[in-house]
Amino acid sequence: MATDWETVIGLEVHVQLATRSKIFSWSSTAFGAEPNSATDPVCLGMPGTLPVLNRSAVESAVRLGMAAGCTIRARCRFARKHYFYPDLPKGFQISQFDEPICEGGAIKFRLKGEPRAIRLTRIHMEEDAGKNLHAAAGVSFVDYNRAGVPLCEIVSEPDVRSAEEAAEYVRAVRTLVRYLGIGDGNMEEGSLRCDANVSLRPRGSEKYGTKTEIKNMNSFKNVRDAIEHEVKRQATLLDRGERIIQETRLWDASRGVTQAMRSKEQAHDYRYFPEPDLPPLVVTELEQVALRASLPELPEDRFARYTREGLSPQDAGVLVADRETAAYFDATVAAGAPAKRAANWLINELLARVDDPRKLGEADRPVPPTALAELVQLVEDGTLSGKLGKDVFAKMWAERRAAKEIVAAEGLAQAFDSGALEEACQRVVAAHPDEAGRFKTNPKLMGFFVGAVMKETGGKGNPKAVNEILRRLLG
Amino acid sequence: MDARGASLVSIVDGVRAGAVSAREVTEQFLDRVARLDRALGCYLKVDDVGARRRADAVDATRKAGRDPGPLAGAPIGIKDIFCMRGVETTCASKILRGFVPPYESTVTARLEAAGAVALGKLNMDEFAMGSSTENSSVKPTRNPWSTAHVPGGSSGGSAAAVAASLCAGATGTDTGGSIRQPAALCGVVGMKPTYGRVSRYGVIAFASSLDHPGPFGRTVEDAAALLEVMSGVDPLDATSIPAAVGAYRRAARAGREGPTPLAGVRLGVPTEYFQPGMDAEIEAAVRAALDELARAGAKIVPVSLPHTKYAIATYYLICTAEASSNLARYDGVRYGLRTAEARSLEELYTKTRGEGFGAEPKRRIMLGAYVLRAGYYEAYYGKALRARRKIADDFSAAFTACDAIVTPTSPVPAFKFGERIGDPLQMYLADILTVAPNLAGVPALSQPCGFTKSGLPIGLQIIGPALGEEICFRVGGAYESRTDWHTRLAPEVA
Amino acid sequence: MSRITADEVRELAILARLALSEQEVARMTVDLDAILDYVDAMRELDTTGVEPMTHAVPFDCPLRADQTAPSLSVDEALANAPRREASFFQVPRIVPGPGGSSTVEDES
Repeated sequence: MATDWETVIGLEVHVQLATRSKIFSWSSTAFGAEPNSATDPVCLGMPGTLPVLNRSAVESAVRLGMAAGCTIRARCRFARKHYFYPDLPKGFQISQFDEPICEGGAIKFRLKGEPRAIRLTRIHMEEDAGKNLHAAAGVSFVDYNRAGVPLCEIVSEPDVRSAEEAAEYVRAVRTLVRYLGIGDGNMEEGSLRCDANVSLRPRGSEKYGTKTEIKNMNSFKNVRDAIEHEVKRQATLLDRGERIIQETRLWDASRGVTQAMRSKEQAHDYRYFPEPDLPPLVVTELEQVALRASLPELPEDRFARYTREGLSPQDAGVLVADRETAAYFDATVAAGAPAKRAANWLINELLARVDDPRKLGEADRPVPPTALAELVQLVEDGTLSGKLGKDVFAKMWAERRAAKEIVAAEGLAQAFDSGALEEACQRVVAAHPDEAGRFKTNPKLMGFFVGAVMKETGGKGNPKAVNEILRRLLG
Repeated sequence: MDARGASLVSIVDGVRAGAVSAREVTEQFLDRVARLDRALGCYLKVDDVGARRRADAVDATRKAGRDPGPLAGAPIGIKDIFCMRGVETTCASKILRGFVPPYESTVTARLEAAGAVALGKLNMDEFAMGSSTENSSVKPTRNPWSTAHVPGGSSGGSAAAVAASLCAGATGTDTGGSIRQPAALCGVVGMKPTYGRVSRYGVIAFASSLDHPGPFGRTVEDAAALLEVMSGVDPLDATSIPAAVGAYRRAARAGREGPTPLAGVRLGVPTEYFQPGMDAEIEAAVRAALDELARAGAKIVPVSLPHTKYAIATYYLICTAEASSNLARYDGVRYGLRTAEARSLEELYTKTRGEGFGAEPKRRIMLGAYVLRAGYYEAYYGKALRARRKIADDFSAAFTACDAIVTPTSPVPAFKFGERIGDPLQMYLADILTVAPNLAGVPALSQPCGFTKSGLPIGLQIIGPALGEEICFRVGGAYESRTDWHTRLAPEVA
Repeated sequence: MSRITADEVRELAILARLALSEQEVARMTVDLDAILDYVDAMRELDTTGVEPMTHAVPFDCPLRADQTAPSLSVDEALANAPRREASFFQVPRIVPGPGGSSTVEDES
């Protein structure tokens, strides 16, 4: 009988920080297409150059740690991590080893509606390497534009228990990064990267099995697929009584398999030692207080608040997924719209119209929250039907006009005039004397009359009001 | 103006007063270099075009009525470890042959802004590793006092050039004694300031926490004048000290005033630096110097630096670890030498580095890699970092009992070519009197205090507390004003 | 008792990416052995409770404002490149290697 294997996963996520300049030098992190156009002597590792630490990178790392509930070290150190590779200009990476800036903490999210908290070991700062491009015929090319971009490395405890959970974890990290405004968190573009350590053990066992490191997963789907594949691969081997080799394996999305890297590359002695060119970094109490005050309301806290306010978990989940969406929602509610309605409109009408939810936060968005609130109010108080409201919204979006202005300008107010509506109903009833006569015995004909009135008024007209008028006229 | 033996300060005074043009000074020194350097081998590269341009600029500034700078017209040599924009900088290594930095070191930028005229790049031990300049991949430099003898190292070219008046001042770096020891062996003044006093930006790194850029001069005030300009916090160097730069020239001159300029100054003499069996001539010269300093008013007190015997081991464990790290970037990818025969990436690295580094850098890279290995770190590197603290604490404790510490600079005078190069450990032990101040980061000056019977210079070392450059210059200035070693001229061989 | 063997020297040479001739390996073994023997005296120094001294400066890491300044031009950056192709540094073909983050690229 096959063993019941428990999956044990630890994740290392690298987050690129969207500072203006690099972590240790002055080149821009927003580089253009041309290779090696955003470098300087420091990030190229030229002889005699020295690193100088970017304040904004430190602030971002501290805020990330605070948002994850980590302990922020009052004094932390940088260390050199040595290996030879063309994209690493100095032959070492400046990272943190013994005393990282953040320790402990957890990433919280919901997996299939259940709250999860994956504990973190640490978060530390380091510099990114350049990029190697494999060209044809025995040569590779190196571009150092990316060398020196600031990174935060988030190391989790091996608390993750499934491939799906791993993908949700990475998604939660991205949400947090975006909430804090410290980075783009985009896996496809490489501003968020993930490596996974995967092992299996018999369920109930406390000992850890041999783990493999999985790299080269560049989307949430890849994270899930790669880990799923690796779990199956390991289970198959273990079921056959074979051992798992501790190694690094690369995910090949096109073939759907993980492949072991050449074993010669496996053993790394990074020869860590404290970075002599950077004295220890101190984050004072005062600075910590200021940074903590700068934190926004975090996704899971917002989620709890929204569900308390009556939103469904699904809707709440969509709203908290991006800070801009949640902020927009909060502003709409603050402007007077009822929460559930505001949520519906936001999710069904606004989000459908932007390719990136973050656009909702832009100053020149076509429909600001107050405008949406106004429209919601018009539908709420019966002035507009739901359908008409959608049409009005479409105009608001396309033409950047306020709801009341559209209604007034296009004579939609006619439909509000109960007199005009009364006339329309009377016309319809008069035009259908047969059906009017049969109504008393066949109340279902109400639908026919309402439809006819709607056709008559071009869809304008509050169905409730129409109903009432017809009932009165038809007796 | 007679270039031979002219002090930097006297030249600058002359240029500022209009008595001589910077251009004239430059021509005189370039002429000396052209005639005399073949026999000595101080310069790796003479930049006569650049020197003339800089000198003309100084003269033009002066003529226009603007201040030409505190070092106006000073003819200086630059150790080939300082990057100068557009000028080949090699660290005397094959692996950096042809490297032309697109940036300037803070030190050379400051010197140029002060009106100094760089004449060229000076020879050194490869990557500053060595005590004789025999490790230069290009050529040896000869001691002007005796061309069969080494000038010391690693800043051998700098010390010899100043001693032979092939420049009036020079820059060097001191990681374990590489300014002070060659200064002592060549009979000139050399100063290692407090760690972080002078910016390391643009100074090719050997051992980051131990490298100290500093000046050479013919006199104590010369060194002080250069150091004043070189010093100061630098936003490009996170280890540079924000403290205000002291009045070093004033301190040097203060040492010259009155019959007992050192009244109230306590000079510590550490027993560990005067071991039985030390060179008798050196001991005699230094003891005589102490007597002179006492006559100048100083009180001589015995002190102890008990961890001195671990200094060499501590130094070589730390500097090789840092060196192995700092030299990892030389791989044939972005600059410098690339092997002609790389059939794979691995070969690119191993062959480039195998061909490009000399024996001493290789040795230190290997030792450094060894002591940083997982499993060995605590026993070697970790241990050395703790020993370093104890050595630094020794100095702090000693400075509660004295204001400056006086010792010989080098346990031996200049040795002959080939005498020590075959035994690396022997060569390392020559640093015994100089390495501790590098570990502690405290300033130390070397100045001439005599000659051996065979005419080789002997150096006196004055060590101060952190940011205590002034006391070093004051004591040095006092000693110099009461002696004439600094006026002796090295023989000239055309 | 030798503190380092020729095999260890060869391993270290690989770690440090230094191609050493057999002659150099032999010489290096002797030299390193002597040096390691010398530094062994450190063992007798009691350093319990002593803080490691990693820096000779008494202050904390200074921070720089997050501002950009002009980069090197592509030509300046590549001026010293031993081998250049268009705007790239050129090296012999790389097989996916080590590193902290997933830096495996395969764009042709």
